[in-house]
Amino acid sequence: MDKNKYKELVAKYTPKENRLYNAIIAFLVGGLVGVFGQILIDLYSYFLNIPTKEASVFMIITLVFLGCFLTCLGFFDKFVSFAKCGLIIPITGFAHSMMSATLEYKKEGIVTGMGANMFKLAGTVIMCGVVSAYFFGLLRIIIMG
Amino acid sequence: MTFKYENVYLNEVSTIAGPYENNGPLGRYYDKVYNDFYCGTKTWEQAECRMLIDSVDMVLYKANKLKNDIDLHISGDLLNQIVSTNYASASIGIPLIGIYSACSTSVLGLIIGSNMVDKEQIRNCLISTSSHNNGAEKQFRQPVEYGGPKKKTTTFTTTGAASFLLSSKKSKIKVESATIGIVTDLGVTDSFNMGAVMAPSAAVTIHNHLKNLKREASYYDLILTGDLGVYGKKILVDYMKTEYNIKLKNYNDTACMIYDLEKQPVYAGGSGPACLPLVFNSYIYEKMLKGELGRVLLVATGALLSPSMVNQKLSIPSISHAISLEVTDDIL
Repeated sequence: MDKNKYKELVAKYTPKENRLYNAIIAFLVGGLVGVFGQILIDLYSYFLNIPTKEASVFMIITLVFLGCFLTCLGFFDKFVSFAKCGLIIPITGFAHSMMSATLEYKKEGIVTGMGANMFKLAGTVIMCGVVSAYFFGLLRIIIMG
Repeated sequence: MTFKYENVYLNEVSTIAGPYENNGPLGRYYDKVYNDFYCGTKTWEQAECRMLIDSVDMVLYKANKLKNDIDLHISGDLLNQIVSTNYASASIGIPLIGIYSACSTSVLGLIIGSNMVDKEQIRNCLISTSSHNNGAEKQFRQPVEYGGPKKKTTTFTTTGAASFLLSSKKSKIKVESATIGIVTDLGVTDSFNMGAVMAPSAAVTIHNHLKNLKREASYYDLILTGDLGVYGKKILVDYMKTEYNIKLKNYNDTACMIYDLEKQPVYAGGSGPACLPLVFNSYIYEKMLKGELGRVLLVATGALLSPSMVNQKLSIPSISHAISLEVTDDIL
């Protein structure tokens, strides 16, 4: 059997992922995370009496902490596999990917294990993030002056 | 390449299983079960070693033999540099042949062992394999605690170890013949669809085995493939029919037997070098001893996956080996 014919055979028996359902769940959960973040910003700026810009930094720190903490407790992966991009796209996903990789290599030492492997998944995000931020920054200067 | 054996028997088997396997439908058949992934050690890799050592101890205990009585140990696993085997063997202390053939390691070991026993180079030998879910995930996929979505076709590496004792001493189960597989590659690049990767190699091996021995598929009471999973199983049945016009009737796949696919979060079923031996050594072996199954063909399927080759956009090759076991009547 040639490769193309086999590809068709495989496609025949490969189950379809339920994309619409996944998208709706991700939309709802992602939205809720956004609402939660906004509530945090409002609370921080109200109670700590700080400008919104600083309060949003506090909000990010809180979400990152929660992502890491729940990963360490061992049940954030279940949330993520349920909500998928609803929890991966927000900053919680970034925290989760770093913390899970760190936990994995905990036993292999601080330098050779945790340090070397912490960015196994998140490294790509940082690299792409920095590069695209640079180009979008350039675009902004060129267009908006 | 097909061999026929005259004087090789399967004397004893053992199984050591992990938590998910214990909760599966075959839970009560295993010799020893660990309910945590660390098995009393500090890391998953060491846990795998522990299980491998336990499986060797268990098979020796069940066969009432000492380590000194065993001529050779053939063993393999999934981790880089087959570390579980090597480290376990350091404390087992039987002359070792370490082999790697991904998930088809168990049957490859049986074939090597049978050849040597049949030629009377050795009196007896132990064959072991092990795999550990978290150890394999760490090496081949993503961190265990990372919850990124997985495809439905993903298989779940079994946690466990199993050993076989082969010798020329007569027992109820005879090793009858074996076929060594050919590496096949039909261009599947998806490392989360191992069933599709391995199905063609299983088909080639089954076809060659039947052709070389001039047999029909119905000769066997059971043809048991290693770890194709729910979807790979369907692909194999279809492939055999369209390519070779062979209808697989008495056929099952251990990936679909070892777990409760409805209740356990295992996607398309089990995988790993320990999957086939865990099912065979427990449930099927017992059925053969009772006489419910006479002739069984084990086809261990192995996807020769390397993450760096997949990243280089190459497709994944696979290999399958087959061994035929028969219940003998001329036993005392």
